[in-house]
Amino acid sequence: MDRLVFLTVDGLSRGAVYATMALALVLIWRGARIVNFAQGAMAVAAAYVAHSVTAATGSFWLGFAAAIAAGPALGWLVERLVMRHVGHDRPLNAVIVALGLVLLITAVLGIVYGNEFRPAPAAFDRTALQLGGVPLLSPYDVFVFGTVAVTVGALALLFTRSRVGLRLRASAFAPEVSRLLGVNVSGMLLLGWVLAAGVGALAGMLIIPTEFGLHPNAMDRSFVVAFTAAVVGGLDSPAGAVIGGLAVGLVLSFVGGYLGDQVTPLAIIVLLLAVLLIRTDGLFATPAARRI
Amino acid sequence: MRRYAATLGAAGALLGLTYLLPAFQNYQLATVAAYLCATAGLTVLTGQCGQLSLGHGALMATGAYTVALMQSAVGSLPLSLAAGVAVTTAAGAVIGLAAARLRGPYLAGVTLAVAVVVPGITTMFDDVLGGDQGRTFYLAPPPFGYDFPFERWQAWIALTAALLTMLLLGNLTASRYGRAFRAVRDDEVAARLCGIHVARTQILAFVVSAAAAGLGGGVLAVLALSVSPGAFSLTLSLFLVMAIVVGGLGSLAGAVWGAILLVALPDLTARVTEVFALPPALAQRLEGNLPLAVFGITLIVVMILAPGGIQGLVRRARSLLPPVPSVNRGR
Repeated sequence: MDRLVFLTVDGLSRGAVYATMALALVLIWRGARIVNFAQGAMAVAAAYVAHSVTAATGSFWLGFAAAIAAGPALGWLVERLVMRHVGHDRPLNAVIVALGLVLLITAVLGIVYGNEFRPAPAAFDRTALQLGGVPLLSPYDVFVFGTVAVTVGALALLFTRSRVGLRLRASAFAPEVSRLLGVNVSGMLLLGWVLAAGVGALAGMLIIPTEFGLHPNAMDRSFVVAFTAAVVGGLDSPAGAVIGGLAVGLVLSFVGGYLGDQVTPLAIIVLLLAVLLIRTDGLFATPAARRI
Repeated sequence: MRRYAATLGAAGALLGLTYLLPAFQNYQLATVAAYLCATAGLTVLTGQCGQLSLGHGALMATGAYTVALMQSAVGSLPLSLAAGVAVTTAAGAVIGLAAARLRGPYLAGVTLAVAVVVPGITTMFDDVLGGDQGRTFYLAPPPFGYDFPFERWQAWIALTAALLTMLLLGNLTASRYGRAFRAVRDDEVAARLCGIHVARTQILAFVVSAAAAGLGGGVLAVLALSVSPGAFSLTLSLFLVMAIVVGGLGSLAGAVWGAILLVALPDLTARVTEVFALPPALAQRLEGNLPLAVFGITLIVVMILAPGGIQGLVRRARSLLPPVPSVNRGR
């Protein structure tokens, strides 16, 4: 019973971070119909910025803030310098360019920082506090839940309650009409990339301390998990991304806890395939008009 | 008929080349041939049928591990390679069944998961697969006596595999199946209206390309005489995609360019860094990472500026040349 509680809390905590990463994917997919396969690599780059700033100033939180600033800056660069020049005659073009970015970013990080694992300290203690003899939340879990909740809440407010959010949604759904109505569609696209890269950087900062450490490829597997989460939720739905993230976190935590850690990689593939084969567009996506 | 003649001609030329080249260059030629099996298969799948796979590195690993296990158990190379192809074909059929229902980024995501996750399976069964260390195996010496260079023998094995792959895939893409691939790639709805079974066509493309990747992986194992998960990481899968895109999507000639690039680019960047006398720590960091960076930049630039790749440029250059007969008539 203790174990079940522990695995549930741990799964939800990890799932919350996967949800954030999935949310970043959904943000770009909704705006540009691109799955940003470089999301993980961009998050690692932001984490390395945090590492440098922390090493220079001695302050963890300054580093954290630097990562949250570096993420959007990188998103801005990627959209302006690369993604807006990609031809859209084939949906695969953007995917392939994103893969080129993955190679480039990991290589640059490897050249600048080396390919060794570096320690990535967590913001708070990760040992679980006992509650009536049962190990429950760790301070880090509380921090993760709080941060993710604030992020998701802020994004929801932005999209549903603000004028910018309305423009963002409008230019994603009907770019031509929005342009005619005076919306700066290309600006909105850029804003989408900047927002997503910021959210992705945050997810990276939360996830890397729970893994083996900082490494140019540190987010490879987490990216696949986050993609799975986004697909479970349907790439179109932010709420789906959050639910998908939590669900995937729970599944992986239970599989790892009861069947062994070596099985979790296989569980990711099985889960991804199972969801895609049942509902080709994810579980929570609204069905689009059927093609003949 | 022309294709068989071309294959025979290429075989003769390459046979002569293996006698001219020194051992290390023979080894590199063999490596190009091993990659060519995989890039040719991926070209059929992605370039001709329009399905992007990021998991071909993992399929190569499947072939390589099968060959390693079979070499240790039975020791007959043709049998091992055949088993490698058979097992990878089966794996390709499983992924292909799923792939036929998935589109664009979804398929890329699933195959990405395969590429990231499969190397981890080696630690799951580390008593058989050897964990992170991998496995080494024995390859019988060439049947021409011990003074026959081993690298030349390896080159012969690899080139045979590559030529066979190119011939079979060339025949396939020129057949009605190849036309069905391209029809599915260009417009699925139109293809279906023409009576093409889209899902079956996509599964066929995946199975064929998986078999080629398995052969390539098996040959790569024969070249290294060992297999380990590190050799088949996500980076390899990304490199394969890079190779076919830069070589030129859609034509098997592009796959040849891509395979050559995969071997030549790291070698070239290594030589460039050798020219500048760099401090050893920096040189070590550059060694593994600079080719990655060059590949990444090349991929982005080619995709944006010259989506036809090298083969596209070759074709354009050829069309700029005046056709020979009309020049004569003009005078």
